[in-house]
Amino acid sequence: MASIDHSVLTWILLLPAFGAVVAALLPERGKLVQSWTLLIALATFGLTLHLPAHFDYSHGGFQFEINRLWIVSPPIRYHLGVDGLSVWLVVLTGFLAPIGVLASWRVIDTRIKEFYSLFLLQQTAMLGVFLALDLMVYYAFWELSLVPMAILIAMFGRDPGSRTSSRAAIKFFLYTFIPSALFLVGILALYARTGTFDYVELKAALIQNPTLFSPPALWVISLSFLVAFAVKVPVFPLHGWLGDVFSEAPTAMAMVVAGKLGLYSLIRFHIGLFPFESRRVAHWMIMLAVLGILYGALVALVQNDLKRLLAFGTVSSLSFCTLGIYTFAINGLDGAVFHILSESITGGALLVLLGVMYERYGTYDIERYGGLAARTPQLATLFVVTMLALIGLPILNGFVGEFLTLSSGFATSHLWGALGTVGVILSAAYMLWMVQRVFYGPESPLVHRSPAHDLAPREHLALWPMAVLMVIMGVFSPYWIRAIDRGVHSLSNTPALNHPGAALLSSQSHEGEAQ
Amino acid sequence: MHLACILPEVILTLAGVLIMLVDPLLPRTASRKPTGWFSVLAMVAAFAASAWQLHLAPGTAYYGVVQTDAFSVFFHLLICGTVLVALLAAIDSVRPEAHDMGEFFALILLGTVGMLLMTSAVELLLVFIGLEISSISTYILAGFRRRSGKSIEASIKYFLLGSFATAFFLYGIALTFGATGTTRIAAIAAALPHTTTPILAWTAVGLILIGLGFKVSAAPFHVWTPDVYEGAPSPVVALMSTAPKAAAFAVLLRIFYGAYPSIQQHWWSLFWVLAAVSMTLGNLAALRQQSVKRMLAYSSIAHAGYLLVAFTSFSLQGIAAASFYALCYVAMNVGIFAVISHVGGYDDHLWSITDYRGLAYRSPVLCGAMAFFLLSLIGIPFTGGFFAKFYVFSAALQQGMFGLAIIGLINSGIAAFYYLRLLTALYSKPAQGSPVLAVPRMSITLGLAILLSASATLLLGVVPRSSLDLAQRGAGTLFQTGHPAQAAVQVVNDAPSQ
Repeated sequence: MASIDHSVLTWILLLPAFGAVVAALLPERGKLVQSWTLLIALATFGLTLHLPAHFDYSHGGFQFEINRLWIVSPPIRYHLGVDGLSVWLVVLTGFLAPIGVLASWRVIDTRIKEFYSLFLLQQTAMLGVFLALDLMVYYAFWELSLVPMAILIAMFGRDPGSRTSSRAAIKFFLYTFIPSALFLVGILALYARTGTFDYVELKAALIQNPTLFSPPALWVISLSFLVAFAVKVPVFPLHGWLGDVFSEAPTAMAMVVAGKLGLYSLIRFHIGLFPFESRRVAHWMIMLAVLGILYGALVALVQNDLKRLLAFGTVSSLSFCTLGIYTFAINGLDGAVFHILSESITGGALLVLLGVMYERYGTYDIERYGGLAARTPQLATLFVVTMLALIGLPILNGFVGEFLTLSSGFATSHLWGALGTVGVILSAAYMLWMVQRVFYGPESPLVHRSPAHDLAPREHLALWPMAVLMVIMGVFSPYWIRAIDRGVHSLSNTPALNHPGAALLSSQSHEGEAQ
Repeated sequence: MHLACILPEVILTLAGVLIMLVDPLLPRTASRKPTGWFSVLAMVAAFAASAWQLHLAPGTAYYGVVQTDAFSVFFHLLICGTVLVALLAAIDSVRPEAHDMGEFFALILLGTVGMLLMTSAVELLLVFIGLEISSISTYILAGFRRRSGKSIEASIKYFLLGSFATAFFLYGIALTFGATGTTRIAAIAAALPHTTTPILAWTAVGLILIGLGFKVSAAPFHVWTPDVYEGAPSPVVALMSTAPKAAAFAVLLRIFYGAYPSIQQHWWSLFWVLAAVSMTLGNLAALRQQSVKRMLAYSSIAHAGYLLVAFTSFSLQGIAAASFYALCYVAMNVGIFAVISHVGGYDDHLWSITDYRGLAYRSPVLCGAMAFFLLSLIGIPFTGGFFAKFYVFSAALQQGMFGLAIIGLINSGIAAFYYLRLLTALYSKPAQGSPVLAVPRMSITLGLAILLSASATLLLGVVPRSSLDLAQRGAGTLFQTGHPAQAAVQVVNDAPSQ
């Protein structure tokens, strides 16, 4: 097995890309393309499972590393690796892919080859973001992840090919692309002085050579990183794209569009590379996170469209991660990463469930539903379980992350911690109210008229693994936290105080105390 | 031995003349396609000859007016490759009833001779002659769709403004001669620091920049571009938006880094302004276009701007980045115009972005190729367009040009919008009975042209190493002729960072 350790990351990365090329060449006969994509997705998932199985918990650095020179001048390296922070995110990405295929199995009935080959390309791009340790390679995958998503939104929007889906696609692309352009300036500026794009070398160079950049220059560079990532999360005032994308994107794409890429990048590249600068923005970020929690939940309360409700619920839920990250406490960081995992699974499950409902009733309008529980009990059961996980019921996975992030938030600032906790109550309110309107009460004319089909075997296959994971992750959370802990441990340590950046930091914290 | 230095030019001249001679002897109704195939062959031969020149010892020929070095070979390969793709795209796209197709191919070959001469000439008058040869053939080609008023308008507009611009260029040469007493590039560089009339030299720099700025359609000398691109037949636009521009950029590099490096502090700000204005104006104007060809015309102005950014960085990396950008730019642009010349038709009956809606439903392969070229124009990673931008802005940042880099990258964000408008239209559902559903199947030659340019764009984005090496070698030769002392310093500075 040792030999595969050196190449497993390349296989994980290239298998979906290879699958995408083959999918584009396959004939559209029967369910051939779907089956092929499912096969590739499962195989990739299998490969990603190799990582936690052979993960060395005694070792804090990167593992399964590959480090080869790709381009000589400038020195761009094909440098891949995982640590405790990214290992479960990689597995998560692998896990969601087969579910995405199952969720699209019947809904996508035209342009099948385009859909599945772009779906697999998206998979490669996302895995690349988590695996790349060279900033240029990372940036390449980061940008690449926009392309299949934008095309798929334009092609497979709610009303395919309409102006609204084109607009949603363009909005999504530009929201990420424009800050990324400035992010590229930031990367190039780092390279101009340090002469490297390699994450590990760059991190060492910035710590050992504090005079390389003037503090304002480094501050601006760190901001360019922060904004690009915050848009992708999205952090509160930058969430404008999410509503449109959620309501237009096909289920399999909406499942992966928000959260993990941006949050991972914040932890790895914002906090990791700029320990001082990121601490300077910490209290602003905590404030924005809490505002996001409250704002998202309040807006979700008044939505009549199920997907828009979920979009704002997602903004609210992801803000817990942001909150946890910028407390810089080990608990907060652990909780944030764990919450990324659980939010992706529960949010994904909810999207699949909404897709199932849309397939049957053709609408996301809450007011047209009612009394669904009596007709489709299995659907209702799974929906309620997922909903409970999302609002953070103990024993289910959502609770762990919310508890850890909020408790460390509370330790940092009582006010913001308390306000964040209000968000938990609000999230229970909008979710429970929605479930009550959709599943209980008298049967609506639409539900009454339509034939009642409960979940099909394929849908069971997609939903049960997620439901089971919600419980397992809720009960055995330390199993995941163990790896995460190794990855984020060094980030929570207070950086050396002899660093010139530290002077800035301490002067600022004095200001904060004075206030 | 002298002949070896101009071997590609000789091959193409002979082939062009031969086609001109044979064409009238053929019966009036006979197909002219064989002449097209013959010119493809000639172009392949010229490409091979240029590649072979790499093994020659770098040196000058014919009394020192032509120089073969890595720089000239780089641009020779670039131009021959581009024209080859344009020829392949034209063979089936130009309507068969155009019985003067023989002339069409001959003009392309002879125009290419001019472009090749421009890149290898080290004497300003020969540069001028090359420029004229290439320009005159493109003036004629622009008006090739004789029955269309727009095409003739394009041709005349291009001709009038073009000859005006070459006059500026010629006047610049005259003033340079006045200031230094020579028209040879190396001699100018040597004489310039000792000139008694520096004002003449500065004026000459300005005039030459205006003349060549027109050729590369840098704002504010760009006004001809949208009209000419719209009016000229698309296969011709595929050619004239790429190869002649690359040749003009080569001349710009050769003159400014070869002849005028000693007054670099006077001209770099001109390039700064030209780059910033071209990027911003080109992109903002492209936002409002409905016509695909006009939009791409403005986009080419913006791309000229990105390329000019590299000029502001007075370094070896700057030259290499500019050369590499030219290569990526021609690869993706010739490709997208090859697609357009097929989809739009010879008479441009599909012209607006709305007309292109739903191409994916009619022809997924063609549409995929077009989407790929658009992504490269946006600058998405794993395409040539990304690395090109990356090298240019990296070179600019290394010289501390933060302002220009930020302007440029914000511009690339704006640019993404109009490319995406077309891209999402391609993948939208077509209207009932839309003409896009009647786009004919593509021919093998066109497929080959698209395949060549798409694979070049992809390879430049994934394994840019070998072409970048050649660009850097070329940059090295250029930098040394212009500024031997500084080149040495540069090499020393670069050594530890490798």
